[in-house]
Amino acid sequence: MYETNYHRPTSTADAVAARNGAEEATYLAGGQTLIPTMKQRLAAPSDLVDLRHVPDLKGVCEDGDLIIIGAMTTHSEVNENDLVTSHVPVLADMAGRIGDPHVRAMGTIGGSVANNDPSADYPAALLGLGASIRTDKREIAAADFFEGMFATALDEGEMIISIAVPKTAHAGWSKFRNPASRYAMAGVLVAKTADGVRVAVTGAGSDGVFRHTAMEQALDADFSADALEGVDTPADDLLTDIHGSAAYRANLVNVMAKRAVANAQG
Amino acid sequence: MAKKDGIGARVLRREDKRFITGAGRYTDDIVLADQAYAAFVRSPYAYAKVNGIDATAAKAMPGVIDVLTGEQLVGDGIGNIICGWTVNSKDGTPMAMGQYRALEPETARYVGQAVAVVIAETQAQAQAAMEAVDVDWEEMPAVMDMEHAISGNAAQLHPEADKNIIFDWEIGNADDVDAALDSAAHVVELDITNNRLVPNALETRAAVATYNKAEDHYTLYTTSQNPHVARLVLSAFYQVAPEHKLRVIAPDVGGGFGSKIYIYPEEIACLWASMKTKRSVKWTSTRTEAFLTDAHGRDHITNAKMAFDADHKIIGFKVDTLANLGAYMSLFSSATPTYLYATLLSGQYNMPAIHANVRAVYTNTVPVDAYRGAGRPEATYLVERMMETAARELGVDATELRRKNFVQSFPHETPVIMTYDAGDFGATLDAAMDHADWKGFPARKAEAARRGKLRGIGMSCYIEACGIAPSQAVGSLGAGVGLWESAEVRVNPVGTFEILTGSHSHGQGHETTFAQLVSDRFGLPIENVAVIHGDTDKVQFGMGTYGSRSGAVGMSAIARALDKVEAKAKAIAAHQLEASVEDIIIEDGAVKVEGTNKQLLWHEVCLGAYTGHNLPEGMEPGLKEGSFYDPVNFTFPAGTYICEVEIDPATGVTDIVAFTAADDFGRVINPMIVEGQVHGGLAQGIGQALLEGTAYDDAGQLLSASFMDYTMPRADDLPSFAISTHETICPNNPLGMKGCGEAGAIGSPPAVINAITDAIDVRELSMPATPAKVWAAIQEAGVAEAAE
Repeated sequence: MYETNYHRPTSTADAVAARNGAEEATYLAGGQTLIPTMKQRLAAPSDLVDLRHVPDLKGVCEDGDLIIIGAMTTHSEVNENDLVTSHVPVLADMAGRIGDPHVRAMGTIGGSVANNDPSADYPAALLGLGASIRTDKREIAAADFFEGMFATALDEGEMIISIAVPKTAHAGWSKFRNPASRYAMAGVLVAKTADGVRVAVTGAGSDGVFRHTAMEQALDADFSADALEGVDTPADDLLTDIHGSAAYRANLVNVMAKRAVANAQG
Repeated sequence: MAKKDGIGARVLRREDKRFITGAGRYTDDIVLADQAYAAFVRSPYAYAKVNGIDATAAKAMPGVIDVLTGEQLVGDGIGNIICGWTVNSKDGTPMAMGQYRALEPETARYVGQAVAVVIAETQAQAQAAMEAVDVDWEEMPAVMDMEHAISGNAAQLHPEADKNIIFDWEIGNADDVDAALDSAAHVVELDITNNRLVPNALETRAAVATYNKAEDHYTLYTTSQNPHVARLVLSAFYQVAPEHKLRVIAPDVGGGFGSKIYIYPEEIACLWASMKTKRSVKWTSTRTEAFLTDAHGRDHITNAKMAFDADHKIIGFKVDTLANLGAYMSLFSSATPTYLYATLLSGQYNMPAIHANVRAVYTNTVPVDAYRGAGRPEATYLVERMMETAARELGVDATELRRKNFVQSFPHETPVIMTYDAGDFGATLDAAMDHADWKGFPARKAEAARRGKLRGIGMSCYIEACGIAPSQAVGSLGAGVGLWESAEVRVNPVGTFEILTGSHSHGQGHETTFAQLVSDRFGLPIENVAVIHGDTDKVQFGMGTYGSRSGAVGMSAIARALDKVEAKAKAIAAHQLEASVEDIIIEDGAVKVEGTNKQLLWHEVCLGAYTGHNLPEGMEPGLKEGSFYDPVNFTFPAGTYICEVEIDPATGVTDIVAFTAADDFGRVINPMIVEGQVHGGLAQGIGQALLEGTAYDDAGQLLSASFMDYTMPRADDLPSFAISTHETICPNNPLGMKGCGEAGAIGSPPAVINAITDAIDVRELSMPATPAKVWAAIQEAGVAEAAE
């Protein structure tokens, strides 16, 4: 690890100030990606602004049809939270299957969303549920937020405050884990929303999370796994690597989508 | 019924208390007062010339003590890294070994090869300066593929090795095999790849070297499976320090699997740097460095043909193998794909004719050497994939085909220079089939099909050669060392024991098992026995631990030394009790005149040996004996493994639903430790078969260089194993032991692949059988619909 300056603010204002006060500063959330990357000397921020001691960023509350989740809420907190399990059960289920217990105890929803790893679970959940990301400056719809591999709509220094997730009773999640890393090779979230069925896919796309419109149309007509039989997932835009071809990932997307629908019904 | 703490008792591992409470003392735990840190400058290219190294900026950085290069290393007369076993080509020419230097001054030949080392006050300062060393690289096209390497169209990586072929070696009789193939009723042919593996011991390699100016003496703490061999090689060949001025200590070592046999560039460089800088120098490998520099395992491609007569008896076996040795020859790299591989191609079967041709090849990859099983997994994989495929093509029961061809009488001489001394292959086959409920498989398959799963079953009947090895025999085959083992037994005046052994424990539980020999023989509590290993200043000599040799060879040496202790103690007791030595027995911690109530307690005899007040005429005082035990033959553990799988045709995921192992390891000293060895071996073998894929790109970058991309077996990848042992006693060593350390890794891969190919009804499937690969095979075979 390279040398870095460590900041521990206790308010969002102080955090933003610390972040903007240094040339190559970065926010530190749960550190489950950033710290290992720094230890491998692949990242060298001049300053780390630790958000774990900012009370405003934590906790879950209800706001009409929305569940508001603080950016620094850990995966295990999302998994166990009563509001989430009652009103967005699919999100609790998904959070409970991220990584391993250590990762879930430390990793946060805000950190995961800001990083936008193309194999992370939250991007598919937020896109599929039609959630929005609230920052210290504005509110951004998930569809506009995730811009591609590790790329987001966040401006330099912009901080995620919370995630607003519509209450959703009927939704399902299924993912196929990479045998080595156990990140998603294909993760599909299927949700019945006010605007119709939404299907979001992570892990498989060569440009990060995406919506599967052909599947959405098929499921709008008939919300069943059978309806997905024969729906094409073009392999052209999917990843090929040492773990699997684009064709294999296309198959996984279809299989996981069927299982997600089955989970939503179950 | 085993005696408490004696042979056959399930004694809990004494060493585990310190390991599981964090009190183990590993090389990285050693902290010396004047310790500095080494960081290695490594090649980012698979094949590149070093046109110059500018360390000016690095040397000026904070805390930097020195930057040392390959040019300086060569200038100081540090010798080239050796290969300890000379293998000749079939035309009689010696192997074409290229120069291998601890720090390469001219040409880097794999990504990660060290060309310079920075020594600094702290690890962070060393790393920072390492990045500031400016190497003028001239990248050249990498030679990655073995077929391409030998084609004549690839760059020649070492001037010594024409077409990158190190040797073109053969064993057996080619004419006999060709005649058998010509006259055969059936010939089975397969092209088989044995995948490259990265060992990944939990503890990465580490070294702390220190030079004592006052005494002109060196000490090296290092992660070694054989510290005496390390000392010998460091002094006699690398000339870093004279043997009598060098102490090598291998303290607690967290796993080796072969990868810590070798004396690597980093250990040499640390020792050399400690003399150059007059500082203690520490280096601890990162996991990335471990992927890039620890000797890899396996990596063969083979064409095999097996000939059967009309009665389905094997009449010939022809094997043509390309063995990838990587960019340089590692210490035992020549023996692994030859004498440890082709000599096991007869498997458990009568084969009248065998011929194997092995060409060893240089490529721009990490050097390849022995890894748990070392040649024998590659042989077993071939034989057992061939047998299974033959049965399917002949339309006969795979178990009956094996049984029909089993070696039934012993000793049995194979056409590939091995003499099997004892075994009962039918017994382990029967036991495995019984425990696996082989007969019930069709019903289980039908039930799985109703759930949409493809269920398959496969077996493997393996044999291996352990207890390496008779020194004269291996010497005649090119080994540079003898493969005996030594032991010293020191009995203290109070009657406690110190067993000093040349074997090295890095997970095997020697501190427990070796002590059980003393408990068993003298009836003493195991707490009265200390087992000491891993320090060249304490232990007289040793060849170390690999090839499942610590039991059959290491413990044989202890048994021989204990014989001498027992004889001397009995002579003392007979003298003092005025009895005939033939009437003296030792039991329950007492030395007794059999059939009388006359006895001395054990510690009384020991004290008597040291006071010397009342010893037989002419006897020297003291009670300390040693043995250098040289085995008379290899040992031959064997057994049958049965794997049962269920495959999800939608995703290609293989679930191992049952795994049965029936092993014959000869006499078992501690069944619990043996079971642990089998569990670990099976995990590694199943890892090779299902999970562990080493991948390079065309430019020679290791794509699978972290646990994010290299799939290590995890607990939830494995079933609960059903294992049992069936003893046929080895007739050639004092304890009747054969060895158990590698069997699991040797026997399991073909059982897994035979099961998967059975489930999805395909002929060939390469390891690792990842979900992606199995799914693709299912699509090709069109069996998915059949299951639904």
